[in-house]
Parts: sequence; C-alpha cells; structure tokens
Amino acid sequence: MKTVKRTIGTMALAATMMLTVSCKEGNKNEPATPMSNEMHQESMDDKDDMEMNENKGAKAVLQDYFKLKDALVETNNDKAKQLGTTLASALGSFDASSYSDSEQQELKDIMEDAIEHAEHISESDMAHQREHFKILSKDLTDMVAITGTEMKIYEQFCPMYNNNEGGAWLSMNEEIRNPYFGDKMLKCGKVQREIN
Amino acid sequence: MVENQVPATIKNRLQISCYDCHSNNTDYPWYSKIQPAAWYLKDHIQEGKDELNFNEWATFSDRRKNSKLRSIISQIEEDKMPLDFYTLIHRDAILSDEDKRMIIDYMTALKDSLE
Repeated sequence: MKTVKRTIGTMALAATMMLTVSCKEGNKNEPATPMSNEMHQESMDDKDDMEMNENKGAKAVLQDYFKLKDALVETNNDKAKQLGTTLASALGSFDASSYSDSEQQELKDIMEDAIEHAEHISESDMAHQREHFKILSKDLTDMVAITGTEMKIYEQFCPMYNNNEGGAWLSMNEEIRNPYFGDKMLKCGKVQREIN
Repeated sequence: MVENQVPATIKNRLQISCYDCHSNNTDYPWYSKIQPAAWYLKDHIQEGKDELNFNEWATFSDRRKNSKLRSIISQIEEDKMPLDFYTLIHRDAILSDEDKRMIIDYMTALKDSLE
C-alpha cells in the first residue's frame, strides 16, 4: 500500500511539475509594462530646494500610487498589475539623500517594504492586491509624514474591509471611491484626515 | 524572533513544515537527485527563499517583519502553505488545526508587539 501511495505521489509530483512549468512559461509572454512615468519636471534650476527633492521622490511615488488606487477602485486586475510594476520602480528610484540620517533610515525601511508590496501587486489576484495595498498605504502615509506633500491629500478609511478590520488609503479627492471593494461598495468610507 | 526566542514547539513545527524552502537549511529529499525534479526543486526553493528566508529575519526592519508576519498568517489561514505539492511527500509537514492555531496566535502576538 505504501509503495502504491508513493508511486501515486511521484506521478502527481511529475504532473504538478509539468503544469507549473507551463504556467511559468506562459507568464513570460505577458506584454512588457508600459512606463507611464511622464513626470513633469518643473524648473530644473532650484536643485537644492526641498521641493525639487519632492518632485524626484515623494511626488512621483504618490502619483503612481494614486493611479494604482484608481485601478483597484475599477477592480481592474491587469491594470493594477502593471501599475504595481510602475510604482515599484518609482519607489526604487526614490532619492532620500537630502533627509537627516534617522529619516533616511526610516525612508529606507519604508521603501524596502513598499517595493515588496508593489511587486506582489504586480503578480497577484484582486483580493491579494488589495491586501498588499492596505500595507502599502500605511507605508506611504508614513513616507508623507517625513517628506511632506505639496498637494493636498486625504486619508480615507473603510471600516468594513477584511471582515471589519478596516483599511485606510490615500486620495487626492475628497470624495470617497473605495479601492478595497470597488463598485460593490464604491462609497463606503470616510475622510479620516487631511494632509498638506 | 524565529531564531532564538521562539518557543520550542513552534520552532520545531516551523522547521518541519517551512524550513526546507524558507531557510538556508534545506533538507534535500531523495528525489532531489533525479532530473527533472532536481532543477524543479532548485527553482522552487529559490523562490521560497526569495519570498521569505527565516535566516534573514534578524536583518529585517520592524516594518518589514510586520509585513512578513502578516503574509505568513494569511498564507497559513488560507491553507496556501505549506504547498500541497510539498505535503504530498512530506506528510509530517502537514499542519493540524491545532498547529495552525498555535502558530497564528504566536505570529499575531509578535506582530502586535511590533506595531
């Protein structure tokens, strides 16, 4: 009986391997992510200005984050995947050099964590994307606490997400568009805080 | 955490159920010497370690530990880990409901202490 079991096991193993291999190959054929990263670099002459730094870092990150959030509001899995990749690269090129040592350390920790969440979003199903988006939102809220922001941002919160655990997110618009539920509960949530 | 202060029962459970793919201490099985299992496993274990390597735990920031713990908890809760493919051969790696409860409670407490 044991040998039979083991043989079945081995056969199943072989089958699993073939399946997994073919899935993997399939993934490689996905079209390359379009880089929608056209940042408007304003004046290049105020290089030492903090604002310049924000343009290179936090602002670029936030803009890609908002696009990702909108894709989740639309419950658009593929679009969110692409935007996850875009955001991961914006996070990766974040320049923290003008901040204090302790802020740099904090920002480095934030970026490391956020990149991992953005990368997961680029390869997950909707439910999983939203799980990662929740932590990503926390990371970016902490980033903004250090970098500040020149645009007005709303921190919004839906108490029902993940079996009433709740989930927060950032938005440029005061009006609620829920990224955790999409059109199932588009307007569930409230503005928790205004940041600017 | 996972290296020194973990209760023995949990550490033991993690070693049996997780460490083959999520640490540097892979206990390679008999079939790892046979192709194509060999390259398949190599690929798979690398993927597992990229995702989470318990040997690197001490180098993670609290923020990162928090994220990892959250993922571990959700993977176990949703029965996504250990992989079916793995438990098919390693019957001792299957987590009982009690094991799951114990690990999830521990990881949750640890996560809360980091927040």
